[in-house]
Formats: sequence, C-alpha cells, structure tokens
Amino acid sequence: MIEQLAGSWNYIIVVILMMTGLFIVIARANLVKKMIGLSIFQTSVFIFYISLGKMANGTAPILDGNPDTLYSNPLPHVLILTAIVVGVATTALGLALILRINEAFGSVEEDEIIAAKASQSLARPQRPTSEAAE
Amino acid sequence: MMGTAILTNLPALLVVVPLLLAPFSAVLPIAGLAWVLALVGTGISFLAALMLQSVTENGVRISYHLGNWEPPWGIEFVVDSASSLTLVVMSGLGFLATLAARRLVAIEIADKDSGKFYAAWLLVVGGLFGLVMTADAFNLFVFLEISALASVILIGMGAGTDRRALVAGYHYLVIGAVGATFYVIGVGFIYAITGTLNMGDMASRLPDAAGGAALYVGFGFMVAGMLVKAAIFPVHIWLPAAYGYAPSAVSTLLAAIATKAALYVLARIFFTIFAGTPEIVDIALSNIIVPLAVGGIFVGTIMAIYEADIKKMFAHSSVAQIGYIALGLALATPAGISAGFIHIGNHALIKGGIFMAIGGFVAALGTRASLETITGIGRRMPITATAFLICGLSLAGLPLTAGFISKLYLVRAILETNSYVILALVLISSALSVVYLWKVMEVMWMQPAPARSPKLVENPAIYLPLWMVALGNIWFGIDAGWIVGAARLAATALLGGGA
Amino acid sequence: MMSLHTAMLVGLLAPLFVAILTPVLAVRHVWRDAAGPIGGVITFIAAVHVALAVLDGETPRLFVAQIAEGLALEFAVTPLGAIFGLVASGLWILAALYSVGYMRGNHEKHQTRFAAFYAVAVHAAMAVAWSGNLLVLFVFYEILTFSTYPLVTHKESALARNAGRLYMSILVGTSVVLLLPAVVWVWLSTGTLDFRPGGYLAGQIDPAMAPILLALFAFGVGKAALMPIHRWLPAAMVAPTPVSALLHAVAVVKAGVFTILTVVVYVFGIDFLAETGAADWLVWLSAFTILASSMVAITKDDIKARLAYSTISQLSYIVLGAAIASSIAVQGATLHIVMHAAGKITLFFCAGAIYVQAHLTKISELDGQGREMPWVFAAFFIGALSIIGIPPLGGSWSKFMLMVGAVDSGYLVILGVLGLSSLLNIYYLLEPVSRGFFRPKVKTVEVTSHPLVVIPPVLTAILSLLLFFYVDFFAALAKLMVIS
Repeated sequence: MIEQLAGSWNYIIVVILMMTGLFIVIARANLVKKMIGLSIFQTSVFIFYISLGKMANGTAPILDGNPDTLYSNPLPHVLILTAIVVGVATTALGLALILRINEAFGSVEEDEIIAAKASQSLARPQRPTSEAAE
Repeated sequence: MMGTAILTNLPALLVVVPLLLAPFSAVLPIAGLAWVLALVGTGISFLAALMLQSVTENGVRISYHLGNWEPPWGIEFVVDSASSLTLVVMSGLGFLATLAARRLVAIEIADKDSGKFYAAWLLVVGGLFGLVMTADAFNLFVFLEISALASVILIGMGAGTDRRALVAGYHYLVIGAVGATFYVIGVGFIYAITGTLNMGDMASRLPDAAGGAALYVGFGFMVAGMLVKAAIFPVHIWLPAAYGYAPSAVSTLLAAIATKAALYVLARIFFTIFAGTPEIVDIALSNIIVPLAVGGIFVGTIMAIYEADIKKMFAHSSVAQIGYIALGLALATPAGISAGFIHIGNHALIKGGIFMAIGGFVAALGTRASLETITGIGRRMPITATAFLICGLSLAGLPLTAGFISKLYLVRAILETNSYVILALVLISSALSVVYLWKVMEVMWMQPAPARSPKLVENPAIYLPLWMVALGNIWFGIDAGWIVGAARLAATALLGGGA
Repeated sequence: MMSLHTAMLVGLLAPLFVAILTPVLAVRHVWRDAAGPIGGVITFIAAVHVALAVLDGETPRLFVAQIAEGLALEFAVTPLGAIFGLVASGLWILAALYSVGYMRGNHEKHQTRFAAFYAVAVHAAMAVAWSGNLLVLFVFYEILTFSTYPLVTHKESALARNAGRLYMSILVGTSVVLLLPAVVWVWLSTGTLDFRPGGYLAGQIDPAMAPILLALFAFGVGKAALMPIHRWLPAAMVAPTPVSALLHAVAVVKAGVFTILTVVVYVFGIDFLAETGAADWLVWLSAFTILASSMVAITKDDIKARLAYSTISQLSYIVLGAAIASSIAVQGATLHIVMHAAGKITLFFCAGAIYVQAHLTKISELDGQGREMPWVFAAFFIGALSIIGIPPLGGSWSKFMLMVGAVDSGYLVILGVLGLSSLLNIYYLLEPVSRGFFRPKVKTVEVTSHPLVVIPPVLTAILSLLLFFYVDFFAALAKLMVIS
C-alpha cells in the first residue's frame, strides 16, 4: 500500500493543489485571492498532465539522433503550453476586472461588494455617446 | 481555382475569418467601421455555414484536416448533419444579432471602446464556431476559452451602464475557468487511457481501454466541466447575472448561441466520444442529467416569476429552456435528440428576439427595463413590443410559433419513453412559464404609461432585425419541415456513432 | 356564381379586409362606417353559399400549409361550422349598422380602432367556424380573445382596464393551461386533430381518461362560460354595447360553445360519450350553471349584467345538450346557437338603445319608459319570449328539442331544471318589459331618437319570429351533424 502511495505521490500532490486551489476560489471572499486560487487550481492540472507524460526512465523529449532513446511523451508538454497561455490570459483578464471593480465599488472584498450592490441603486449612469447622434 | 480553394477550406474559413477580422476591428477608431467588420465576419460565416449545410444535407460528413495533418495526430474539423445544423443556427442568429448591435452598442458603449467591443464580438463568434466543428478534445478547450474569455470582455463592457456587469463578468470568468479546467482534467484522464485526443479515435479506443476508475473519472470531469458552460442546474448560477447585466447586444448574442454550443459539445461527449461505452453514458444521462435538466427547468421558471428586472427574468427563463434542450438530449432516443436540436434552433430564435426587443426598450427608455419602467410600453413602442409579444408567445409555446413545435416534439419524445412523471413536470413548468410571460405582457400592454412620460422613439436599426427574428418564429412555426428534418438527420448522425 | 373555394376565401378574408380598410378610410367617416355593413353582406353571401354546399353533402375545404405530420393549416366546413358561420356573418351586418348608430349617438372616441378590431374579431370567429382541425381552431380562438381585448377596454377607464385584465387572464389562462394540453393529448393519442363525423377517440384513449380529457376541454374553453370560468362575461359588460351584443352574445361565446360541440360531435363522437358516460358530470355541471346563473340574474339591477348572467345560463343549455350526447339533444343545442344568438342580440341591442336614447342603465329606472320607446321595448319583449322558449318564437324549437333529448336519455331531473329555468327566465327577462309598459315613470329623462339603434333590434326580433317558421334550413344542417 505504501509503495502504491509512494509511486503515485505526484498525483497526490496534484490532488492537494487542486483542492487547495478550489477551496480558495470557493471559500475566500477576496477577489484577488480567488484569482490566486484559480491559478493554483490550473497549475495542478498542468502538473497532472506533465506527470502523465513522464515515462519511466524517459528523458526529455528532444531528438538526439539515437534510435534507442526512450523519451517522455512530448504531447502533454505542448498541451500544457497552450493551457498555460490560456491560464495567463484568464488571470490577466481577471485582474483587469478586479481593478475595474475596485474603481467602481471601492473594494475587492465580495461581502462589501454585495452590500454595496444592495444598498445603492444602479451604477454611475454613464451615457458615453450623445443620443443626438444617428 | 480560387473558388474551389475557398470551398474546400470552408470549415476553416468559418473560424478564421472572424478571428482574423478581430484585431483589425480592435485598432479601428471609428465605431461604424468596426461594426461593418463584425457584420462582414458574421455574414461570411453565415454564408459558409449555409453552404456547408447544403453539402451535409444527405448525411455527408466533411472531415477537414487543419494544416493537412492527418488525424488522429492532426487536428480535425468535422462537419456533419449535427454540427452543420448547429452552425447554421448559430451563424444566422449571430448575423442578425450583429445587425441589431449597431444601434444597441452605439447607445450603451463609448465610441472609443467600440472597436475593442466588436473585436471581442468576433472572437466569441469565431471561437464558438470552432468549438462546434472541432473533433479534437483539447482543441475544443482552446476554442472554449477563446469564446469564454471574449464573452467575459463583452459582459464586462456593460459596466458603462451598470457596474454590476463587472461582478457578473468576474463570476462568469471564475466559474467558467473552473468548468473549463474540469473539462481539461477529464480530457487528461481519457488521454491517459486511450493515448489520443481525436474524438473519433477516442471513441474506437475507449471500449478496449484499461478502463476502471480512470474512465469514470475522466467522463465525470469532462461532463461536469461542460455542464458549467452549458448552464445546467445547479452550476447555472453565473448565467442570470451575466446575461442580465451585459449590454443588450451581448445578451442577445450569448443567449442565442453561446450555451447552445456547450450543449452541442455535451451531446458530442455522450454520443460520439463515449459511444463505445454506453453503460456509463446511460447511467449518467438517466440518473444525473435528466433530474438536473428538470431541476433547471423548474428553478429557472420559478426564479423568473419572482424577478422584477426584465433582462434577468429572461436570463432565468434561458436556464429553464436550456433544461428543456438538455432533457431532450438526455432521453438519448432519436426522437429525444431531434427534439433537443429542434429546440436549439427555435430557442435561439426566441431568445434572440426577446433580448433584441429588450435592447430596443432599454435604448428608448434610457434606464434598465424592469416591471416598473416598462408599464404601457406596448402602446408607446408598438413595433418593438409586438415583435416582443410574438417571441413571448413562441416562448410560451402557442401554436403557429416555433416554440410550439419544440414543445410538441419534446412531449412526443418523452411519451415514447413512457416517463409520465417527467411529462407531467414539463407540462406544469410550461404552465408556470405563462405566469411570468403574463406578468410582463400585462405590464406592457394593460397598464397605463407613467404620467408625463416622454415620447419614445423606435429605431429601425433595432426593430428591423428584430422583426426578421420574430417573423422567423412564425415561419418556423408554420413550416417546421426544414428544422424537423435537419434535426432528425442530426440525431441520426450523432447516434450513428463515430465523430 | 362563385366557386366554393372562392366563397371560403371571401368569407374568411372579407372581414379582415374590412379591418384593414377601416383605418385607411378613417377620415371619411361615412365610408369607414359603411365598410362594416357592406363587408358583412359580402361575408354573409359567402357563408350562405358555403352552407348551401354543405346542405348538399359537400365539405368545402381550403388548404393553406402543412406544418408537420398530422398537423395542417386548413379550413373545412362542417354542418356545425356552416351554421356558426351564417350566424356570425349575418348578425354582423346588423351589428355593424347598430354600432355606427351607437358610437355616433354616444359620441364615443376611437371609433376607427373600434371598427377595425370589431372586424378582426368577426374574421377570427369565421375562421373558428370554418376551421379544419383543432389546431386552427385553437389559433383563431386565441386571436379572437386578443382582438376583443381592445374592444372590451375601449373606454380606457380604470374599471375597463381591470375588466380587461380579468377577461384576458381567465380566457388566456384557461386556454393555455387546459385547452392546449387537451389538444396536444388528442394529437398524441390519435396522430390527428381533424374533425370527423362520428368522432374518432373511441378506441384511441382509455375510457377512464375520457372524462378528464373532456374536463380539460370544458374548462379550457373559457368562452363557454361554464361555472366557475364564467366571471369574465359579466366583467366584459363594461364594453360598449355593440361589443356586448355581437361578441358576447354571438361571436365570442358562440365560439366557445361551438368548440365544445365540435369536440363532442367530431372528436369524441356522441356514441363514444354516451357509451362511456364520460360526459355525465358535465350534464350536472351545466344544469347547475343554468340555475345558478339564472338566480344571480334575478338579483341584478343593471340591464347588461342581468343579460350577461342570462347568457351564461343559455350557454349552458348548449353545453347541456352536448353533454347529454344524444342525437336530438345535440341538434337542439346546435339550433340553440342560432336561436339564442338572434334573441340575445335583440336584448342587447335594446339595452344599448335605451342607454343611447335615454341614458338609463338600470332596470329599476325603466318604469314607464316603454311608452317613450315603444319599438325598443316591443323588440325586447319578442327577444325575451324567444329566450324563454315560447312559440311562435324560434327559441321554442331548440328548447323543445333539448327537453326531448333530456327525456330520451333518461335525465328526467334535467327536464325539471329546464322547466324551472324557463320560469326564472320569464321573471327576470319580462320584468323590464312589464315595468316599461305597466308602471308609472320614476324618472323623467329626455329621450332622443336614434333610428340606427332602433331598427336593428326590431329586425332581429322579427328574425326571431321568422326563425320559428323557417327553422327547417338550420334543422337540416343540424341533422347532418349527427349522421355518421
């Protein structure tokens, strides 16, 4: 049993990170912390994929001309590059939103925002274009 | 030469054209030009989708290899009867929504931001088309995120008129990202046991794969992730606020096409990828999806009844309608799946029209549309309000409207499986939906306008596309032959197995 | 003359054409006001043509579009439909003339809107009459509801609006929640929604479920004003009297009982109902409605309110005949559509004439006024006699056939109900007449004379008399209904 556990320790790390990230997203009221939790969650998935790709005794998947070399699977690495990019975009967008939320509500704490939404009526009304146009 | 080159690459064009036009739109300083680009992008996509539909009408399946890499190593776009129907619906409504967007956006979004708005608009549309066509599980994630992130931008741009749009966008971002990541985890597991990312290849390898826990876990995560995106109860909570506070043009676009793509992907997961392991699929469908769908139908309808803000009310209604589609798909019979596809098409028409009309009301009123502010608007804006009435009657499922056809075929499909309990629940919820529709209609038509209210101007730029959609509701309510036939083909294509 | 196909098109589209023409002609009042009666004459001629063809044994058909399998947009005239079509179009002529007189006499506003929607409502009624299946019937039934809403709320007062809200919520609510599922149930069980002589539900649905399906239809057709779905009718009396006359004595309520009769005869089949006893409960419910509404009518002082409850009672006569489900009873119910329409429209015309000429709305105020408006009160008297069912007025035939039907089917208690109801009718319908002629005046009012509101009721009163002698035409059509 211990061997099995030791053999899968990478997956255990993945699960710990995944749950940590998810917990932070759900349980923390601070918007920035939520983004961090999301990042942690996504990172755990990256590690998951990469560990999937690791072959026992496999080396880095860079061709070296030797036909007998055992490589680790390069595909997960590629997938993860894509996923990292997506993760970066998500985080960037999330942080940008948080900035705007901070400007609009004056806080990045979820409870305060909810209170602000409830107590005040609608947004700072803004009519960006003149109605006279078209 | 050029002609055939275009025709053979049509599937790719459907995605590439909007995506390419997006950055140009982003740098354009003139709102009108950016809108033209968006119109061109969605228009070309619509034409391409129609052409693809005519090719796949007889059960032909187009397999397009991106970069000429052979699947399963390369990424493959598949256009068969199921995806072409979805594409036609999505691109058609996308085009009509873009037509109406000109005026709606001009009012709600600052001119200097319009270029970026339309860029995000094109990204959403292009991403959704790719989502529907792709036959590679990971590529699906990429397109999913393209469209999701772009939608977040679009929703967030509603902050100009209502700052709650920012919070709604943020929540959609977080919940959507969690859902997408779940999906990726699922794909990881399935990749681990099959060694491939191509859906068709997965389908042929899964039955023999060293199954066990990995298979179930992978399936579960993939489905759970897409449930979030499709806004199935109980992970639908992002939708009411997101559609409610987004700019009117955005609500129109998203309500009409975004969740449909996710539902289509769910159908693909159930009936294409896991076609070889029907035991898991059947258990999931009958024990999980059907109850959740029914739950969504009721929760959506009841929340709509208690909602005073009109946009949020119809966003809740969308949750219910998504439940109907999911219910049809989850019945897993040809009749059920065609009923699901019929409603994918008809609901796009219904909700597209409703949100366009609400956009018209908001544009004229200058405030949010709520039960208090739209009193007597039936008489003050008769053109828009009558189109809204037609779409509302379609939502209720009155005969001679598209909505009736959907309900009819759904009821028939449920009866075929002898699930009288579900039938009763569906009928009750239909009756309940009349309640909130009645509330809105009553306020609009039967209450007097507030005293000393200014004259409201109806803009043809909004009501002309709106009337096209409303008339579409009636047309497809009278001549349902095309959509029923296409939906049946789609069901056959899906159940026939193989991507 | 005209082919059947053309006749059907004319009958259906002429009212719609009038509706479109009315706003166009709005500026020239005389032309606008002439459009209605002229349109009525054209529609009536078409209806006669169609009815004669039906009498010959044909089924005039008009196909519009195929929606899906077993669902088509088409019109097909049954004998019952021919009768209803004649009633609606024929009485429209007189009602259109009357409404011109009434609206001018009362200096009402929005006359163009009124006339346009009036015509749309007649169009919807004709379409219901000549519908080829339950789907088309349902659609135009709804259109009838929506097109009469502006007519009911015409005065735009708070009272009118509240009445309109009640009107719509009851009619639309019952039709969407009860009637539509019933229609869908029929389609799912049998694959068709057509109307077939002798009905076709036998063998296709579980006899134990038949009463439930019938109940869905009976309560779903709110326009038949079966208790407790009757409240909309008194509420709708807030509308101008031409509306109450044509629509709530003729088109709208008759569309309701027409639907019930059609469903009973051409979908369920009277044999199926008689064998399974699925309509027994309906016999008693309609009997209850007959008596209960008569008793409420007695308590009403407002003329139109009393006439409204009388209508509820008379409609249940028709539903009763349908529920007894014997050949004679159904024919009697069908004839009652014609007789009641002629009689009730007379009564409403008179009520409106009294209002226009003397501004009186209450029965207690009518004492002695008969001498000022002798023609109006005489017409009221004739119409009342027809409703009560006394020869030589047309209403006596239908009542007689209903009584025979009741006895034939063993419902002796119903015979008593019908008799009691006639007694109550005598009381509350003849009271205005007796007050008018035999009592001294309690109120002095100035009575202005408006011929256009006096001539139509006199004509319909004469019609009620003529219907006694010339009943054979309608009786023959009614007989065709029950032949399989």
